[in-house]
Amino acid sequence: MESIHLNVRSHRKRPHSSTTEPKTVQWLLIGAAMAYLTLFLMIPLGTVFYQALEKGVGVYLAAITDPDALSAIRLTLLTAMIAVPANLVFGIAASWAIAKFDFKGKNLLITLIDLPFSVSPVISGLIFVLLFGLQGWFGPWLQEHDLEVIFAVPGIVLATVFVTFPFVARELIPLMQEQGSEEEEAAIVLGASGWKTFFWVTLPNMKWGLLYGVILCNARAMGEFGAVSVVSGHIRGSTNTMPLHVEILYNEYNFAAAFAMASLLAMLALVTLVLKKIIEWKTARDLSLLDDAETAVEENG
Amino acid sequence: MSIEVRNVTKQFGEFTALRDVSLTVPAGELVALLGPSGSGKTTLLRIIAGLETADSGAILFHGEDTTDQKLRDRKVGFVFQHYALFRHMTVFENVAFGLRVRPRRDRPGKQEIRDRVMKLLNLVQLQSLAHRYPSELSGGQRQRVALARALAVEPRVLLLDEPFGALDAKVRKELRRWLRRLHDEIHITSVFVTHDQEEALEVADRVAVMNEGRVEQEGTPEEVYHSPRTPFILNFLGNVNLFHGRMENGRAYIGNSSLELPAAAFQDNQTATVFIRPHLLDIHHQPTESGNFPAHVAHINAAGPLVRVELVSEWGDPVEVEISQDRYRFLALKENDKVFVTPKEMKVFVEDYVI
Repeated sequence: MESIHLNVRSHRKRPHSSTTEPKTVQWLLIGAAMAYLTLFLMIPLGTVFYQALEKGVGVYLAAITDPDALSAIRLTLLTAMIAVPANLVFGIAASWAIAKFDFKGKNLLITLIDLPFSVSPVISGLIFVLLFGLQGWFGPWLQEHDLEVIFAVPGIVLATVFVTFPFVARELIPLMQEQGSEEEEAAIVLGASGWKTFFWVTLPNMKWGLLYGVILCNARAMGEFGAVSVVSGHIRGSTNTMPLHVEILYNEYNFAAAFAMASLLAMLALVTLVLKKIIEWKTARDLSLLDDAETAVEENG
Repeated sequence: MSIEVRNVTKQFGEFTALRDVSLTVPAGELVALLGPSGSGKTTLLRIIAGLETADSGAILFHGEDTTDQKLRDRKVGFVFQHYALFRHMTVFENVAFGLRVRPRRDRPGKQEIRDRVMKLLNLVQLQSLAHRYPSELSGGQRQRVALARALAVEPRVLLLDEPFGALDAKVRKELRRWLRRLHDEIHITSVFVTHDQEEALEVADRVAVMNEGRVEQEGTPEEVYHSPRTPFILNFLGNVNLFHGRMENGRAYIGNSSLELPAAAFQDNQTATVFIRPHLLDIHHQPTESGNFPAHVAHINAAGPLVRVELVSEWGDPVEVEISQDRYRFLALKENDKVFVTPKEMKVFVEDYVI
């Protein structure tokens, strides 16, 4: 039994020669892909760190501890801290509704969730200016009540929430649809209340998908430029997020500082990629454990 | 705890799943809902459980209407077709779930939960696998965990949806005998859904045969097998030969041959459908008095406890006959032999209209 199992495994890893390309073609294809990646990804990424540190660690540290820079970092963190939990709740609610219930307007909701992906971020920002700006629908009312949305923190948060809201829902919908609702039904028949069913059964089943969605959502929330740029007003030390601050420094020919800030965002991207890989590896391992168990069962049965 | 289904109707959009179904499950019995897919059996089971609501009609447990009861107050044990085990919990945690989610005042203590779960795992012979995850179990083991989990909440009735559907033939047979023994031990009112007639007839105390949203017949396995009330049931419960003929002078005429009928209570000139099970046909080399029809042997399959002979009747219909190995040797049948087929017993259903 075991040997058969091993055979199947090795067979899977090394496909039959008649279905693979000759060695030269393989190397050509791999080489082309690597060259492309180096040119468009590795070199720019390397440049960011090279430029950031070109004038020494002192300048680098000074650039990122500058009060305006710290303010931009704080604002970016604040924005992410509001946008991510908000979209976490929304994503769970929306995917729950879509995956487990049938209702009128379900397809419309699915389409709407994708809207921020299909609209240019600049347009997303403009929508908020049109709504809350001085000439906008709610502008006069807001001004009467002395509330600031556009060119202030609330606007930045709103724009970020809008741009990032598909991430969690998009991850969860297919996952929850695939899992169906049998486990929830089982929990309810066994006497669990709605909340207990959610926390004991639904949530643990979607934890990896959820984490994946949160990480992507967070990366975008911190890195968003277009929509935030429109509503922010670029007030230094007040309404500048990290990406906006990078742009300002760059436009002032302050390359070392600009790249220092950019390097922080690049590091965020790298951490995100590593976390993403770990989660993918974890879920794949969970799935393959399942596969192995099933194969073992079939072989023993 | 008896279950009574009273005039239940259920519609899914345009599709009528149940049409005015009534059924009584006596306390302590094991009843099978048997039918082809789409006959409404799973819908009926889910309505009994409270997982679906009936459009009209009522479900009574022990004479008490459950229609307005919340699902978790009904106290039913439900075993899902694909088990629906909680994949992130161990076998122990799965079985303990129903006890752990109770409100604090009804929740047993930690030690008591432990004892009860281990007792149930003992009952389903899985005590050694308490710390495994569902993905590390075989299909039959998962099925037994699902059963233990359902029993843990001390349900008033146990409902099983195609309990052996996803298992291979051998495990299926073992598990259904085991379920029968388990039921004899704990005597909980149970309903299970199946499309496998052999399973229903072997395991259940009573069988309700369903077709197109109706219960066509309900009775003991002997009753439904030997006195099927409709052609559908006869057809569904095992192989059967079907002939179309007409009635004349108390005999059924098929082609040019006449067959003697068990009770000649039919009017002349009615069209009749004659059903004969393969093992209730015999083969002779010469015509017999009781009625027979000529046929020739098309194919013989002698592998197995019975010999299956496929014949083609005089008028061209295929006929399947099962005879014993002894009889087969005595007749010395060969392919293309001309023979006479004699029914030992048959069922005649007469159409409602007269030609």
